[in-house]
Amino acid sequence: MSRPVSRPVNNVGSHRKVKPSPIAVYVHWPFCESKCPYCDFNIHVREAVDADAFTAAYLKELDHFAELVSGATCTSIFFGGGTPSLMPASAVAAIIERILKRWPAADLPEITLEANPTSVEASRFRDYRQAGVNRLSVGVQSLRDESLKMLGRGHDAAEARRAMHLALEIFARVNFDLIYARPGQTTTEWQGELEEVLGYGAGHLSLYQLTIERGTAFYAAQKRGELVVPDEDTALALYDLTQNVTTRAGLPAYEISNHARAGEECRHNLNYWNGGAYIGIGPGAHGRFGGFGAAPWLASSLPRSPERWLKAVDKADWGVGDLIRLSSRQRALEILMMGLRLASGIDKARFAAAAGVPVEEILSAAATARAAESQLLENHQDRIVVTPKGRRVLDRLLVEIVA
Amino acid sequence: MPAQKHIRNFAIIAHIDHGKSTLADRLIEACGGLSKREMKAQVLDSMDIERERGITIKAQTVRLDYQAKDGESYALNLIDTPGHVDFSYEVNRSLAACEGSLLVVDASQGVEAQTLANVYQALENNHEIITVLNKIDLPAAEPQRVRRQIEDVIGLDAADAIEVSAKTGQGIDRILEALVERLPAPAGKTEAPLRALLVDSWYDAYLGIVILVRVVDGYLKKGMKISMMAAGTQHLVEQVGVFRPKPQTVGQLGPGEVGFFTAAIKEVAQTRVGDTVTEAKRPTAEALPGFKPAQAVVFCGLFPVDADDYNHLRESLQRLRLNDASFTYQAETSAALGVGFRCGFLGMLHLEIIRERLQREFDLDLITTAPSVIYQIEMTNGQTIELHNPADMPEAVKIVQISEPWIDATILVPDEYLGAILKLCQDRRGRQQQLTYAGRRAMLVYHLPLNEVVYDFYDRLKSVSSGYASFDYTHHGYEPGDLVKLKILVNGEPVDALSMLVHRQHAASRGRVLCKRLKDLIPRMLFKIPIQAAIGGKIIARETIAALRKDVTAKCYGGDVTRKRKLLEKQKAGKKRMRTFGKVEIPNDAFVAALKMGED
Repeated sequence: MSRPVSRPVNNVGSHRKVKPSPIAVYVHWPFCESKCPYCDFNIHVREAVDADAFTAAYLKELDHFAELVSGATCTSIFFGGGTPSLMPASAVAAIIERILKRWPAADLPEITLEANPTSVEASRFRDYRQAGVNRLSVGVQSLRDESLKMLGRGHDAAEARRAMHLALEIFARVNFDLIYARPGQTTTEWQGELEEVLGYGAGHLSLYQLTIERGTAFYAAQKRGELVVPDEDTALALYDLTQNVTTRAGLPAYEISNHARAGEECRHNLNYWNGGAYIGIGPGAHGRFGGFGAAPWLASSLPRSPERWLKAVDKADWGVGDLIRLSSRQRALEILMMGLRLASGIDKARFAAAAGVPVEEILSAAATARAAESQLLENHQDRIVVTPKGRRVLDRLLVEIVA
Repeated sequence: MPAQKHIRNFAIIAHIDHGKSTLADRLIEACGGLSKREMKAQVLDSMDIERERGITIKAQTVRLDYQAKDGESYALNLIDTPGHVDFSYEVNRSLAACEGSLLVVDASQGVEAQTLANVYQALENNHEIITVLNKIDLPAAEPQRVRRQIEDVIGLDAADAIEVSAKTGQGIDRILEALVERLPAPAGKTEAPLRALLVDSWYDAYLGIVILVRVVDGYLKKGMKISMMAAGTQHLVEQVGVFRPKPQTVGQLGPGEVGFFTAAIKEVAQTRVGDTVTEAKRPTAEALPGFKPAQAVVFCGLFPVDADDYNHLRESLQRLRLNDASFTYQAETSAALGVGFRCGFLGMLHLEIIRERLQREFDLDLITTAPSVIYQIEMTNGQTIELHNPADMPEAVKIVQISEPWIDATILVPDEYLGAILKLCQDRRGRQQQLTYAGRRAMLVYHLPLNEVVYDFYDRLKSVSSGYASFDYTHHGYEPGDLVKLKILVNGEPVDALSMLVHRQHAASRGRVLCKRLKDLIPRMLFKIPIQAAIGGKIIARETIAALRKDVTAKCYGGDVTRKRKLLEKQKAGKKRMRTFGKVEIPNDAFVAALKMGED
């Protein structure tokens, strides 16, 4: 059972400081120009945003968490959203500077910013590079005009192509986000589109199957029968094709939806999947950190409303969200379900260190053996790996093997 | 103690919703049994389930002190009878305790099947019947038409039927007068040894086991040692009393009186409805006629969803049996469902009531298996065995013949639904005995196998007649039938809790329906699951649940962890509501849902 920690955060850390450890920092910029019909993220559309006020609040909240989780070493920063490419570059620079001041990095950390490919935003790419961003993740989503329109995107294919070129010109490390398994999409069409994207030579691709989430415009449209997504067989064919095409191109999947050339994997996200610690700041952001002596890990989450968050930070130096103690089982479950998403699977020694219990403790031995027999996973001495066949049904597999 | 000439004992016969309980309340109120403040709607139905369903499960009595127009004071004993076909024996015994009945018919609805069955029982008990047309205040009331119908269908003279409204109180005084004038007084022998009819019994938290009796001859006194003739037990009477409707002790109960006694009896099972109570040292020579031991006719398995609840279930069944000796239970082990109990009931409603009380009063989560009847199996070795559980069926080669119980069902239905009802009865292997009309209502008598009725016949009947059909039945005895055991295999493993006996002609279609149902009820797994129906070694129907091929979250980052973990925990908890067969999980509710044949 988890229970909220009722004490204010700064008291939690006042006498028990976190031992120095690597930490990732996520910064959530919750604003978008418009809401995409498939998106269920914490995003908000506002006429005007007081960027200065928000920047000041981010810095304040960073200081607050730095007090709580002091002595750690920053290994990566990620500006996500929302649309962080709507942030002034100066704000990005100030936040990076503050993070590195609070959690000094031994090596240069990976600093990623998510950007939309509209011409206005692309015009800021160079400024972000200047501000310290060293990896750009471009929300291309598609290179087909009709698809971009269907997905409610603010750019067209020509803009996307220009932005992709520009990103690759400015940044050494670039990712392109794409959405497939769109209504009516065939394998032939998707193969053409995917190969075109691969032709740009970026080192990293995030290729997401379109998922209809509750509460989105697509969800309502699907209920009304106006939106029909590919059936299971087609979705599977598209997924398999994606694996084959990217592997051939030298960017195999290292996670369910993420593909990279060797060494180009996103360190920030790997930290999530490996069960590492991270700080999340900004409206609706989540964090995981712990290790106050023998104390358990904490899960932090901040208010989703930007205005509420801003007000709270103004008054209390942080968004005054929830700080929940994670039980050892919860923690182990999280690391398990995140770790098995990786093609490299779970390193048992690392799991035991991060979760405090051996992985076998939360697995049903019988179900795991059955899954191994069915070639859905491989249970080695030192690691557990879900096979490509098992990864297609990972959600269900997890329900099966968890004890 | 009133003299016999000042006693009238009566029951009320009415269909559900025809206003029996409201009428009883009015009569109690008119005789000052309870103050207005104490009148809770429907005084006599005391269990929650009784109130909710508008039915009476236990018989209850109330003594009304009535000052009649002739200037004399009368004790009117109302015996409220159970109101459902499952309890027809109990109804019959309650009626045997009275000299007359009020036949209450809704003046806007007319006679229903259940009313009819009970009127016949009352006539068999030589009752004087006073007809009452209730709900006369409703605009839809048609007293003339309903009078004619009572004459046509039941054959009673309805000319002097009393028109009342239990709701407004109109006509209540006329009923009270009619009870005094038209019902015969009891004619018991005061000098004879005690002879009293055991009408019902129950457990009361304050009084212990309370036994409701109608004294026929002699006297029942406090301190008397009595003997129960059928049960063969003796007890010392501790208290004697009457209900008005609150219990009130009296010194003794004389001939013709209705009341209760307590005698430090431990279990209701020792008190049998219909038994004769007599004095131990001066017993009557002859027991009252009509006693029958309670006989369960419908059986099903009750299994705890959580195996850890087994002991709790056993204790709960024990507790319930304290108050209702008419159901039986014995431990049962199912390969599919683990340990539980095979329980026997008087009928489907009785089954539902017990199950509901277990869930509600004892907070148990239960899996109920398909209801079954008792089959008689003639074996090749000359023995005849009773089969209560299809899972226990002997091998086909050892069986000479299987017989199944049949019933005579009486169904009353407006004629526009007659076609649908005939089809339903035909589909259930029914044989039509009689079809008559009374106005626009048809009365059907059908000969039906009980095993076709126990599943969902009543639900189907209600659904195809938009709720207008009414139904009652009597047991008819056993007949040989071409019955086979239909087995269900999930992923090659037989699921004993889903096996059933069916008529050979119906086996294929029922097997198909079952397989299809299960296909929808069992969640897809990581491998394909064949579902088969078989008779012996022969597969007669098959469906396949396709393997789950794609089920993975596309995006899962730092902000998604909590939500995904909670979903996983929820799915994991959901697995607890399933039973594992080999590699397959079957949701608990599938066992009952699969057997609802109706909609296909």
